[in-house]
Amino acid sequence: MVVSMAVVRGVLVATLLGLMVAGCGYNTIPTYEEQAKAKWADVQNNYQRRADLIPNLVATVQGYAKQERDVLTAVVEARAKATSVKVDASQLIDPEKLKQFQDAQSQLTGALGRLIAVSENYPDLKSNQNFLALQSQLEGTENRIAVARRDYIEAVRTYNTELKTFPGILWAATVFRSNKPMAEFTASEDVAKPPTVKF
Amino acid sequence: MSAAGLFSARGGRWHLVAALVAQLCAVATAFAVDFPSLSGRVVDRADIIGAATRTAIEQKLADLENKSGIQLVVATVTSLQGQEIEPYANELYRKWQLGEKTKNNGVLLLVAPSEHRVRIEVGYGLEGILTDALSKVIVANAITPRFRAGDFSEGISRGVDDIITVLTTDSSEWQQRPSLRLDYRQPTDPTNWILLVALVVFAGLFIVSPGFRWLVLNVVLNVLATSTSSGRGGFSGGGFSGGGGFSGGGGSSGGGGASGSW
Repeated sequence: MVVSMAVVRGVLVATLLGLMVAGCGYNTIPTYEEQAKAKWADVQNNYQRRADLIPNLVATVQGYAKQERDVLTAVVEARAKATSVKVDASQLIDPEKLKQFQDAQSQLTGALGRLIAVSENYPDLKSNQNFLALQSQLEGTENRIAVARRDYIEAVRTYNTELKTFPGILWAATVFRSNKPMAEFTASEDVAKPPTVKF
Repeated sequence: MSAAGLFSARGGRWHLVAALVAQLCAVATAFAVDFPSLSGRVVDRADIIGAATRTAIEQKLADLENKSGIQLVVATVTSLQGQEIEPYANELYRKWQLGEKTKNNGVLLLVAPSEHRVRIEVGYGLEGILTDALSKVIVANAITPRFRAGDFSEGISRGVDDIITVLTTDSSEWQQRPSLRLDYRQPTDPTNWILLVALVVFAGLFIVSPGFRWLVLNVVLNVLATSTSSGRGGFSGGGFSGGGGFSGGGGSSGGGGASGSW
């Protein structure tokens, strides 16, 4: 019975510590971290969604404007590059990695913008139903990207603030010493603004 | 409070100041755009909808919600206050929280006559039914041609009719779709079951050991004296209801839908 009392006391201390710790905001840092990572997943999904639209778009444009080879090739290449740069949730603390992702994606945004601009010169293409549908999907996806980016920036801001302010900073300095602030997007205008399409 | 004193003594005061400044700035930007309040199913701030049309639309929107739970709201604003219509519509949607919290089944039809812009903003739960392409078709075919002719009432009325048609034709879709998204909006808290186990152990010890009971009493008093609130609530806010008869159900939107100009 004596031995078991020692064990009981050990468990008891651990339990109490657990409860106290949860009451004092121990969960906040991991919660915000997970939220920021989830928002990042949204960002990446929406970029992927855009990449998925491109083959169809390129094929449609090609049917009407074969001579616009340079523009089409630029889009295909930019897409290949953009899809090859993936940022894992654990790499979010690396600003360099995020910048690579951002650069690859904004290059694709630029190439797509030129493709849409060139399409204006082809009346048959512009009135093609498939092209119109793809165009509105692309527009919608660009807008979703903008929203997802905004949400991610906000989530990272909340998380980083928690790491630097009381009481989060106490946990950050002790238990979560490995938790580093996450990199923020530089909100570049060309990505944030969806391309406008006139009907 | 002794913890806070210790903390600032270690040179953390600057962090506190920085955080305070950041907070103030956040508040300042949040108030930079002044959104209208959700006064009903038709919020006609720009005053462009005729009285008869307005009553008819309100009836249709109420019927839609009674039948399917979908909250469709029409809003007109005098100004977008320098913003593009897309972010404005998204922020307004999230402020009003249209649609049920777990289904996100809301739609916002926003008209900004002075900027000549219109947008259909679709909640997460309806993106699969009222797709971007369909929204675009409604904007381009039903709404903007009538706006161009100066008939706002008719344009909005036709737009609402088309949106309702799309939303209600394939009823099997909207019944299945939101449930697919439940996991997305309600992430399970990974620490909950750990707490549960801790509580069970705690209760067991409490019954078994008298020494433990004594310790608990001390610790509880201690915790009560020193604990701070355990973090903010994040991104929810469901169940919020204004004084009027109509309010959003807690839904959110990720920027689905389409815009147009005339």
